[in-house]
Amino acid sequence: MYRVVKKRLLAPVIALLEVHAPAVAAKVEPGQFIIVRVDEFGERVPLTVMDFDREKGTITIVVQDVGYSSSLICAMNEGDKFQDFVGPLGVATDIENYGTVVCVGGGLGNAPIYPIARALKAAGNHVITVIGSRTADLLILEEELTEVSNELVIATNDGSKGVKGFVTDGLAHVLSQGHDVKVIWAIGPMVMMKAVVEYTRPLGIKTIVSMNPIMVDGTGMCGACRISVGNETKFACVDGPEFDGHLVDFDLAMKRVAFYKDEENRAKARLECDHEGGHH
Amino acid sequence: MAEKVKKVKIPRHDMPCQDPQVRAHNFEEVALGYTQETAVEEAKRCLQCKDPKCREGCPVEVLIPDFIKKVAEEDFLEAGKVLKVKNSLPAVCGRVCPQETQCEIKCILGKKGDPVAIGRLERFVADYDIKFGEAKFEKPEPTGKRVAIIGGGPSGLACAGDLAKAGHAVTIFEALHVAGGVLMYGIPQFRLPKEIVQTEITNLKQMGVEILTNQVVGKITSVDELMANGYDAVFIGTGAGLPYFMNIPGENLNGVYSANEFLTRTNLMKGYKFPDYVTPVKVGKSVAVLGAGNVAMDSARTALRLGAENVYIIYRRSRNEMPARNEELEHAEEEGIQFHLLTNPVSIEGDERGWVKSMTCLRYELGEPDASGRRAPVAIPGSEYVLPMDTVVVAIGQGPNPLVTKSTPGLDLNKRGNIVADEDTLMTSKPGVFAGGDIVTGAATVILAMGAGKKAAGAIDQYLKAK
Repeated sequence: MYRVVKKRLLAPVIALLEVHAPAVAAKVEPGQFIIVRVDEFGERVPLTVMDFDREKGTITIVVQDVGYSSSLICAMNEGDKFQDFVGPLGVATDIENYGTVVCVGGGLGNAPIYPIARALKAAGNHVITVIGSRTADLLILEEELTEVSNELVIATNDGSKGVKGFVTDGLAHVLSQGHDVKVIWAIGPMVMMKAVVEYTRPLGIKTIVSMNPIMVDGTGMCGACRISVGNETKFACVDGPEFDGHLVDFDLAMKRVAFYKDEENRAKARLECDHEGGHH
Repeated sequence: MAEKVKKVKIPRHDMPCQDPQVRAHNFEEVALGYTQETAVEEAKRCLQCKDPKCREGCPVEVLIPDFIKKVAEEDFLEAGKVLKVKNSLPAVCGRVCPQETQCEIKCILGKKGDPVAIGRLERFVADYDIKFGEAKFEKPEPTGKRVAIIGGGPSGLACAGDLAKAGHAVTIFEALHVAGGVLMYGIPQFRLPKEIVQTEITNLKQMGVEILTNQVVGKITSVDELMANGYDAVFIGTGAGLPYFMNIPGENLNGVYSANEFLTRTNLMKGYKFPDYVTPVKVGKSVAVLGAGNVAMDSARTALRLGAENVYIIYRRSRNEMPARNEELEHAEEEGIQFHLLTNPVSIEGDERGWVKSMTCLRYELGEPDASGRRAPVAIPGSEYVLPMDTVVVAIGQGPNPLVTKSTPGLDLNKRGNIVADEDTLMTSKPGVFAGGDIVTGAATVILAMGAGKKAAGAIDQYLKAK
């Protein structure tokens, strides 16, 4: 169980893994997440689902090598097994026919935005997708997202592909065309989601974000993932991960996600030291 | 006659413990356990009452005088067999049961002196059995009935053990990556070594109990689906896994943990062995634990072992009202935990990074007795004081986790969200679905949950036979 059946590198440090987990695949819906543990020493790592295949019984996740656990996951190959794979967790995206919707993906956020865009399109929405990255090399899932969108807009910070600038510039480009946008989904790094939310706030367009705070159990038991939404404390793992972005306190969320930076660096440094043949 | 007088004169034997100064800095077990000689001596104190009151005090009705008699006769393996007739997790119960308010309070020796140390003897026998006993289990005739148990904590494990003994096929659905529930994530290593818990769980597996981990019922499957997929009955033992917070300013600052998170990081994820185990937990110099129950004591003593210099218990009432076991209080005091009683936190203050910097507290005094008969604490105006602080652990209680209850239509709940179950059978409003432990009673003790699990097992057995 939990065997990696397919691996594909989407960018130099971004891996796509298709994992055999039939019971999870049978139930998962867009917007939900899973928690993995690489081995018995590992952390419980929450990852938003990028794709699922109920017939093959697989879940696809996309991971960027940014820290200790993510680098171990990215190093996994076909045939390797996760120690643990739990899900589906969280509340699924509220999919219905809203009319015209925009799906904004930033960086790794293109992965979780994919099944949402697909489901929204299948529900009859006119789906405009805006994706972005620092540079063209790091832009992932362009082809897949093109397939599940009616229109696709690309923004890169360095202008190496599409609009030069941030996803908010891409979004501005879309909105300037006079679409009657009913709902926006924005998924990506915290700073990006905050920027989108601040951009759409004065426009009064409902904007949904997917929060990925620090978690442990993922079932509402520990409260590590608490965030403030409309001045109320919510647990992202069971109340979310999606929330009305205009109500989320992003400043607090960004501070909370940085709490273990030192420990993360320590673990990562040790891992790199091990790789170079060093001792503990 | 002379024999009896002699028995009473043997004083109760103390539990040998690690030195407080030493143990405050390690995660090794605090209580070291009786030696064989001590156990036999202590067992000889038992009067072997014809009508033993101690048994009445035990939620699982352990055959107390019978197993103690075997200890006195130095037949420790036989003692283990007798003990396990009623208790499928004796090494756990011998460590974490509040014997002083259950079996030992009923002991006739306690009327004039100290009761027999039943808990310490239970632990001795269970540990001896793990070490030298043969885990032989004669599988009963299979009944062909299948029971799903949701939650691998104390109630679920106890229920599973009894159902397996009755010949039913039992599957436990555990949400975490390891079974044991609060025994694994909550109670610290120094009070209940995780190896002991896993040994007891391995015994259950040898009895034929199937344990599926990583199964969050309410998400991956549901009670109705289990019933539709061939399970003849379901037992819900999902515990009290929803942490309460104080709702004071600053509670979302970095460094404020629920006790559940703090203990889960340390125990389940082995954060005390970071970076060998990768899940971090950090305490800084000063730690405040809010609350005064057993979970609060566990949190405070854990903080000390993680390297904190000042660990405070902050509690609104006075010492007499503290809900923790006396033994836990004493251990905490010996290790240097500082008690700020008749004190309540008002707010937690942070620095520019959003990390805990200090905590403001308000002093209280005892006023008139309230509805519960306890003297109500009354705030003293202007008595605020500020303590420098790095970490705050909120240990004021837990509520029922709604993942299972919300996904089960037709399941009656009370207004706090606990499952309503029949007092005698523990059957819920859904036929064939039973519930017990903290999910029914609200947060209580391991042994009460185990008692409920056993009771439900009996009722499920009856239900399946009648079906």
